[in-house]
Amino acid sequence: MLEIKNLQAKVEDIQILNGINLTVNPGEVHAIMGPNGSGKSTLAQVLAGREEYEVTGGEVLYKGNDLLELEAEERACEGLFLAFQYPVEIPGVSNSYFLKAAVNAKRKYNGEDEIDAMEFLKLVKTKMKEVEMDEKFLHRAVNEGFSGGEKKRNEVFQMSVLEPQLALLDETDSGLDIDALKVVAEGVNRLRSPERSFVVVTHYQRLLDYIVPDFVHVLHKGKIVKSGDKELALELEAKGYSWIEESVGAA
Amino acid sequence: MTSSTESIHELSNREYKYGFVTDIENESIPPGLNEDIIRKISAIKKEPEFLLEFRLKAYRHWLTLQEPRWPKVDYPKVDFNEIVYYSAPKPKKKLESLDEVDPELRATFDKLGISIDEQKRISGVAVDAVFDSVSVATTFKKELAEQGIIFSSFSEAVQDHPELIKKYLGTVVPYTDNFYAALNSAVFSDGSFCFIPKGVRCPMELSTYFRINAAGTGQFERTLIVAEESSYVSYLEGCTAPQRDENQLHAAVVELVALDDAQIKYSTVQNWYPGDKDGKGGIYNFVTKRGLCKGHNSKISWTQVETGSAVTWKYPSCILQGDNSIGEFYSVAVTNNYQQADTGTKMVHVGKNTKSTIISKGISAGRGQNSYRGLVKVLKGATNARNFSQCDSMLIGDRCGAHTFPYIEAMNKTAKVEHEATTSKIGEDQLFYLRQRGIDMEDAISMIVNGFCKEVFRELPMEFAIEAQKLLSVSLEGSVG
Repeated sequence: MLEIKNLQAKVEDIQILNGINLTVNPGEVHAIMGPNGSGKSTLAQVLAGREEYEVTGGEVLYKGNDLLELEAEERACEGLFLAFQYPVEIPGVSNSYFLKAAVNAKRKYNGEDEIDAMEFLKLVKTKMKEVEMDEKFLHRAVNEGFSGGEKKRNEVFQMSVLEPQLALLDETDSGLDIDALKVVAEGVNRLRSPERSFVVVTHYQRLLDYIVPDFVHVLHKGKIVKSGDKELALELEAKGYSWIEESVGAA
Repeated sequence: MTSSTESIHELSNREYKYGFVTDIENESIPPGLNEDIIRKISAIKKEPEFLLEFRLKAYRHWLTLQEPRWPKVDYPKVDFNEIVYYSAPKPKKKLESLDEVDPELRATFDKLGISIDEQKRISGVAVDAVFDSVSVATTFKKELAEQGIIFSSFSEAVQDHPELIKKYLGTVVPYTDNFYAALNSAVFSDGSFCFIPKGVRCPMELSTYFRINAAGTGQFERTLIVAEESSYVSYLEGCTAPQRDENQLHAAVVELVALDDAQIKYSTVQNWYPGDKDGKGGIYNFVTKRGLCKGHNSKISWTQVETGSAVTWKYPSCILQGDNSIGEFYSVAVTNNYQQADTGTKMVHVGKNTKSTIISKGISAGRGQNSYRGLVKVLKGATNARNFSQCDSMLIGDRCGAHTFPYIEAMNKTAKVEHEATTSKIGEDQLFYLRQRGIDMEDAISMIVNGFCKEVFRELPMEFAIEAQKLLSVSLEGSVG
């Protein structure tokens, strides 16, 4: 699904990623953990195609093809989805209009006809129920005036409508209370399938109680310094990130 | 500069799709401006004496005026003696019915999506089609006349209803008003006239479509709308011009009069040729539009979507004379490439309890310069006057400009005037968010801009709103990558 080889990237002349190696197979859930500033979000943004980040080395293969060659919208149409850490407000554009445009962009890319209006409505209503979102959010402007939790829910809702093959979740747990966290995690778990992969970026272990990862990687100064299974997350929680720094320093 | 800002500049300009020229025989007078030319125009139109007098007085006054230089626009001096002031397609014979309209002209308007064939109009919109200096067809006149509504070309109205023209012409925009209003008053050739009698709610949208075709010609049209007591009318205007390398002048005057309890809704989608991507050619759009809320409880509402013209200088205004009268101004102005716009409104509160609302959305892309200029004036007698103004500017790319010049003059202590203004750059974050969902750059820009303009678009009649959204996307297509 995804093969990252020695990926290096910088933003405004500051080198942030210093050679990431990571392979994600279909059906796997990988958690990326690490202290603030370790490059977690940068990794997610680079994979999604944010242009402010300049790739300075390495390569990324997605479904066997060069991912970095593709524009952000092409990556999305190829089934890559990023759940944003800070979902953006688009005043005056309704959630349903925006989402329909997204669904149709993807369909057009795949040579399919536009979605029928009734079919679309049925689809979004089902998915909204799943993430316990009120239907009134369909008619509100994209993320405008949404609370932190509503924004995150909206991300998971969009993900479930767009049904990506590879979903990147960038700190989807931040700013969520425990109830919202459960709803969001359930939304993600419902989408887990042998064909779909997840890369879950998080600062805290808490989310991983609900979205149980197959692998956990610890990022430090733009490099993966430790990999393991879900036990690693618990160990990290118990010992703190200073433990990583010490062990890296010692190594 | 980030790479997506670069790509904003890169995309080549999309062609203006109304830029074609109709090959039709013209009847025009030689270029130049003097009293003989004015007499000639008046004679061609077989005008009554009072109108010739009006023209000559205006011309003599115009001679004493200087071209205004206060707007924040920059263009070479216009040589008024190089302009052709009257050009009309040569009539083959006198028209007995709409079926006899020259097929070339019919085809031109069909191509512009304006059918002057009544059978083809699906919805209730009556059209007056103005080609260069004259009106070539007006639809649904008979149906409207049954309710006492007069909707005709200005020239016909002069012949058929001289008393109404004499009563209202120049009462809202006197020829002494400004340089271009004086010029228009001297040389105007045609336009539309609407009269809605007392108590009548006009059953369809009235619309005028203006087309400049001939080279070297200026278009000086005059529109006059009178809504008598308790009447209502919604009026639309649209405009396009061929793609030419030289600049052409369009200096119109629009006057609206609303009597007691009357309502006039005036919507414009302005799509004159904006010039090419290097700023060559395009229309100079110097227009004076003003509405007089003469009666109590009257209401005049201006909605404009300005996407065309090389230079726009235009301030649709309301004089709120009647007590409890209401003035509204909703505007979207887009400047791309080298386009410049200095536009806004004046709300003059004269009567008691008068209210005005101003919503202005300026969008600048390319090297476009966009200025909002507005005046809210509350006179001494305007007790309890209220105004709310909101002026938002959006910048696309980093070579364009947005400017706001709000003026407030309150001479009555009870006045409440609110002004809000914002300027934002189209967000890289917003663009990336939409693109990450699979929406390409152009559609993303168009979606964000349309969202930004929503408050104005919802004021437009349904059909026009869709048209305006499409137009906005096309206008900006040149600006983004």
